[in-house]
Amino acid sequence: MAQTSQGKPRRVLGGLAFLFILLGLYFALIEAPPDAYQGEVQRIMYLHIPSILTAYLSFLIVFIGSCLFLWKRERRDDILAHSAAEIGVLFTGLTIIEGSIWGKPTWGVWWTWDARLTLTAILFLIFVGYLMLRSLVEDEDRAAICSAVLGIVGFIDIPLIHMSVYWWRTLHQPPSILRPDKLPWENIHPSMLIALSINFVAFVLLYFYLLSLRFRLGEMEEEAKRLKLYGGSAKLTAMSMSNGGA
Amino acid sequence: MEIVRQIAWLLWKDLLLETRRRESLLAMFFFGTLLLFVFHFAIEIPPDRAAEMAPGLLSLAFVFTGTLGLTQLFQAERENHCLEALLLCPMDRGALYLAKLLFNFLLMLLIESVVFPLFWILFNLSSWGRLPHLLGVTLLGTIGFCALGTLFSAATLRARARELLLPLVLLPLMIPVLLATIRGMEIVLRGGESYELLPWLRLLIGFDVIFTTVGFLIFEWVVEA
Repeated sequence: MAQTSQGKPRRVLGGLAFLFILLGLYFALIEAPPDAYQGEVQRIMYLHIPSILTAYLSFLIVFIGSCLFLWKRERRDDILAHSAAEIGVLFTGLTIIEGSIWGKPTWGVWWTWDARLTLTAILFLIFVGYLMLRSLVEDEDRAAICSAVLGIVGFIDIPLIHMSVYWWRTLHQPPSILRPDKLPWENIHPSMLIALSINFVAFVLLYFYLLSLRFRLGEMEEEAKRLKLYGGSAKLTAMSMSNGGA
Repeated sequence: MEIVRQIAWLLWKDLLLETRRRESLLAMFFFGTLLLFVFHFAIEIPPDRAAEMAPGLLSLAFVFTGTLGLTQLFQAERENHCLEALLLCPMDRGALYLAKLLFNFLLMLLIESVVFPLFWILFNLSSWGRLPHLLGVTLLGTIGFCALGTLFSAATLRARARELLLPLVLLPLMIPVLLATIRGMEIVLRGGESYELLPWLRLLIGFDVIFTTVGFLIFEWVVEA
């Protein structure tokens, strides 16, 4: 059966993610020094930055999945894109909440319409639109194709949204780490950078673990549908699977 | 040029239907005007600030009116299996996309050219000389709106809650066009320098070119699904 062969790498990934999260928490809460200006509240950064970077990664995977699906029409790519979108919504939402929590003591407000917050909110809305499009379009194949189109258009639109919102206003500090003129490690204290990197790795591992779980769920849903459709006939199910779900 | 002929023929069909039935045009026009009234009740625009608020309010009115037009865009094709008949014709799907884009664009252009002066009259604005430039900026924005709008109007053709889904999907993607149009109109209205206006215009033109091309290439998958 497919499950046991795919189960082991996933469990290993899950275990690694758990370890790194613990390590990251230790480094973030204990090892890293408090910020010179913001004090202890700055430690939210160790969750906040990996969250948003993982959300961007998610969007990239949605784009790649959508492109592959439109090109090859294999169900797997569609399931990948859908799974990545769901988890991407989660991480983007978390980023916004974490940002709010960080913003209240440091800026004095829960929300402000500066460039980066607005961008993140728009990203969230695009992801949500993707999921709504999927659930509201009735025919499944059509839903898959139309959401793939949205995934691609959304991804191409992101740089344009980025430019327009940045030209419109900026309050958020300019990027501290990914700045064009300085190398990443020149902008931030080394011990903070280590904590941040470990947390980033932890989040990426966690993301891929969740993605693999969700992907497996999607595959099982597909299998269940095919079994229903072909009434449990093993031969017909096998034939339909070799056609790639056509 | 075969494709130009096809686009012209499809556009002529839609325009003929529209001049006979006049359902979309009149509804969109009155809806746009109604929105101006509603904005005034909601925001109580003071006379001296009307020029400042004009770009934002007008753009909002056009976005909502345009969304209304988009939900109607493929309505004619849904009746009597017309869409299937069109798809059976040996023509480029991109031609259908461009024809629908042009049709919606023309409708919106007509409405904008009436609603703009109407706004000027209703709120007693005096800068009539700026209107052609404002229309120019809005024109670029409208192309971008129609490019993505036509694509997603076809994509949501058979979805539930279509009237809700289309704006939900479309509006976040329209942010660059919205921002660029409003900021561009603001700069024109206060008589700003062209170096301020150019980046926004470039953004609009870039958006239009990119998404008309993407729409043209992708439309066949969306409409045949």
